[in-house]
Amino acid sequence: MTDLDELDRKILCALAQDASQSAGALGRKLGLSQPATWRRIRRLETSGIIKGRRLRLNAEALGFGVTVFLGVKLARKGQVSLEDFERAVSAIPEVQTVEHVLGLYDYRLRVVARDLPDFERVLRRRIMTLPGAGDVEANVLLSEERLPGPIR
Amino acid sequence: MLDDIDRRILRHFQADPSLSAAELAERCRISQGVCWRRVEKMQAAGIIQGQEAVIDWAALGYAVEVSLRVTLDKTQSRAFDEFTAAARQVPEVIELQTFLGRVDVRLSVIARDMSHYQQLYRDRILTLPHIADIEALMHIARVKSEEVLPV
Repeated sequence: MTDLDELDRKILCALAQDASQSAGALGRKLGLSQPATWRRIRRLETSGIIKGRRLRLNAEALGFGVTVFLGVKLARKGQVSLEDFERAVSAIPEVQTVEHVLGLYDYRLRVVARDLPDFERVLRRRIMTLPGAGDVEANVLLSEERLPGPIR
Repeated sequence: MLDDIDRRILRHFQADPSLSAAELAERCRISQGVCWRRVEKMQAAGIIQGQEAVIDWAALGYAVEVSLRVTLDKTQSRAFDEFTAAARQVPEVIELQTFLGRVDVRLSVIARDMSHYQQLYRDRILTLPHIADIEALMHIARVKSEEVLPV
């Protein structure tokens, strides 16, 4: 594990909120020179602590009014190949994330749709027909917050 | 309304937000000027809201991630507000979502290891107000995580 000092944590926190700011602008806020800030950002990236960047889009403005989280249980475990299921589910464009979990369900999916009828179409035609898909539980997302985590 | 070129820009930009304006324009096969004007227009319209760095918590020593699905005691009218306000104060809670369905709230909780998780669960999670029921899903792997919108 890489040890972060106070400045690294501040940089990480700032970039998690707004990754489009330049090293110069960020450095000025923290009282750090542009090259020093840049080196620290670079180190956070090369060490894999910053694993990438994500564009924040307004889903609703783009016509995606509904986000649903699905808990999926595989039927006949042992007979279905996890790889087949994972490959098929990942190929569905409306499925934004796939997490393999341990507990009540085997997989947790984040699905976007234009509206509820559109979601029903995705669920019936694409999710329920996946190889091995069994029980499915749906919860419609009302609100979502990402928190800074234990670096603040 | 967005046209095909806007959608093309969003597809390439989502796939790699670190692209420079020149690289993005080249991948979309449009001129840099056109590309930049359209990106600015989508930013002004609030369609592109910004970009964020994605933190790999495992690389920071947080090896355990648990999804806690919470059902609240809805006989208490302030249950949602009080629960979410208290959950926000727990540093290890990195995501908080509310739902319509069997689950009311979901928390993503990270911990250094299982004993750290157990301590967090007892001291910080179970002490949150108005919990009627709680279920845990332990993360094994992220199969797909880019969270791309199919524009």
